[in-house]
Amino acid sequence: MTSLLDTPLVRPGIGQGLKDVFHRRYLLKLLVRKEIKLRYRGSVLGVIWSYVKPAIQFVVFYIAMGVFLGLNRNVGNYAVYLFSGIVLINFFTEALNNAAKSIVYNSGLIKKIFLPRELFPVASVFVSAAHFFPQLVVLLIGCLLTGWQPTPLGVLAGFAGFLVLAMLSVGLGLFFSSVNVYFRDSENFVEMMLMVATWVSPVMYQWTMVHERLGDFWFAVYQANPVTVGVELFHYAFWSTTSGGDAALAAPPQLFELWLPVALVVSAAVLALGQFTFRRLEVKFAQEL
Amino acid sequence: MSELSPITVEIKGISKQFVLRHTRSIKEALIWFLKGRKGDLSAKFHALQDVSLDIRQGETVALLGFNGSGKSTLLKHISGVMTPDEGTVRTRGRVAGLIEVGAGFHPDLSGRDNVYLNAAILGMSETQIKERFDSIVEFAEIGEFIDTEVRFYSSGMYLRLAFSVAVHSDPEVFLVDEILAVGDEPFQRKCLEKIQELSDAGQTLVVVSHDLDLVQRVCSRGILLEHGRVLKDGPSHEVVEFLRSRSKR
Repeated sequence: MTSLLDTPLVRPGIGQGLKDVFHRRYLLKLLVRKEIKLRYRGSVLGVIWSYVKPAIQFVVFYIAMGVFLGLNRNVGNYAVYLFSGIVLINFFTEALNNAAKSIVYNSGLIKKIFLPRELFPVASVFVSAAHFFPQLVVLLIGCLLTGWQPTPLGVLAGFAGFLVLAMLSVGLGLFFSSVNVYFRDSENFVEMMLMVATWVSPVMYQWTMVHERLGDFWFAVYQANPVTVGVELFHYAFWSTTSGGDAALAAPPQLFELWLPVALVVSAAVLALGQFTFRRLEVKFAQEL
Repeated sequence: MSELSPITVEIKGISKQFVLRHTRSIKEALIWFLKGRKGDLSAKFHALQDVSLDIRQGETVALLGFNGSGKSTLLKHISGVMTPDEGTVRTRGRVAGLIEVGAGFHPDLSGRDNVYLNAAILGMSETQIKERFDSIVEFAEIGEFIDTEVRFYSSGMYLRLAFSVAVHSDPEVFLVDEILAVGDEPFQRKCLEKIQELSDAGQTLVVVSHDLDLVQRVCSRGILLEHGRVLKDGPSHEVVEFLRSRSKR
C-alpha cells in the first residue's frame, strides 16, 4: 500500500494509440478469438465452411471463366490469376468493412468501460486475416495442381502484398471507424469504395491493358494505389510460375525496386493519418455514440 | 480516513457540456453550413459544472442525486470513458469496476470465455486471470454452469458472475454504478462484505446508487450532485438525510 504514492497521478482516458493495443495484446487475442468463435456458432461443419466456400468459388472460376469464356487463351491459367487477386481483395474488403463498423458496433462497451478503442478496428483486421488463411490454403492447392514452383522472391512478394494491405486496412479502418461515430455515412462510403477497389486493380484484367490505354503518366498514378501493387505482388507470388510462358505479365517493371517501396510508404502514411484522426475524434466517442 | 492517505482521484474544476445533436448525416450538416451556420443544429446542456473534489485511498464514496444530476457522467470521467471540456481529472493506479452489469459479456459465449474476456477488458493479465479463475467461479456460485452459454443464465447468475469478475480485478479505484440493488439478499450481503474487505485493504470505492439505505451502510462519505454541481459533500448519513429532506419538500 505504501507503494501507491510512487504511482503518479495520470489523466484517465488519454491513451497512446496503437502502442496501447500492443500492450493489451492478450485482450486483442481474446477479442479476435471471440469473433472467430461466434462466426460459426451453431453450425455442424463449423470452420470447414471457410475451406468449402473458396474451393467451390475456385472451381467455378476455373470452369466458367477459364473454359467456357475462354479467358485461358489470353491469360494462361486464368483461374489462378483471378483467384490470387480475389483472395487478397476479399481480405481487404472484409477487414475494412468490419473495421469501419467496429466502433459503432461495440458502442455498448465503449460507452461503459475505458479501454484502448483502437483495439476494435485492429481486431477486425486480425479476424479477417484469420478468414484469409483458408482461402490461401485453397489457392495454394490450386497453384500446386497447376504446376506452381515457389521461389524465394515469390514468397517474399506474397508476404509483402499481404503486409501492404493489412497496413492499409488498419489505417483506413481507424479513419473510417472514428468518422462513422459522427456520420454514419462513413459505412456506406466504405462499401462504395471497396466496390471500386476490385476494378481499379488488375484483378480481372491485366496491368498491360491499363498501360496501353493510359500511357506512362496515368499508369504511374494507377500504380501508386497500394491495392494495385498488392494484387500484382500476389500475381507474382502465386501465378507467375504457373502461367506457362507469359510470366512478364504478372508484374510491371520495377515492381520490387520502385512500386513496393511506394506502396509501403503510402500505406504507412494512411496508417499515420488514420491514427491521427482516430485520436482526435475518440475523446468524444462515449457521448456521441 | 486520514488526511495523509494519498489522493487516488483528483478532480479539478471540471465541466462537461453535452451537445444534443439533431442531425446525423453529412447532408444536413452541409446544408446548415452553407446557410451560414444559422439556427440550431444542436442544443446544449451542462452535465457537469465546475466540479472539484479529492478522493483519498481507502475512502468509500457514494455519488448521490436525482436522475440527470450528473452522477453517472462524473463516474465516467473518473473511469476515463469521458474526458472533461474544462478542468482535469487525474487518478492514481488502476481504475476499474462494474459500470453496468455484463457490459462486455457476450450471450453466445460460455461463462468461462466471458470470464476471460471480461477480466481482460478490466485490465487483468493472462496469468492473473488463470490464478484467480477458480476463485471467481466460486464467489459467483456458478459451479457446473461455467461452461454453459451465458444466454441460458438467469439474471441473478449473470449478475453474480459479472460482479465476481469485477471484484477480482483488484484495481486501486473500484467504481460501481447502480448494481447492488439487483441480486438476492444473501448474495447482496456477500457483495457488501467483499466490498468492505476491499476497502479495508486500501481500495478506493466510488458508488452511484439510488438505494439510500444501502449507501449509508457501504459508504462513509456522500457527495450530492444537482444539475451537475456539487451541492453537499460530507459523511454519508448526513448527506442522505439532507437529500431525503429535500425530496419531501
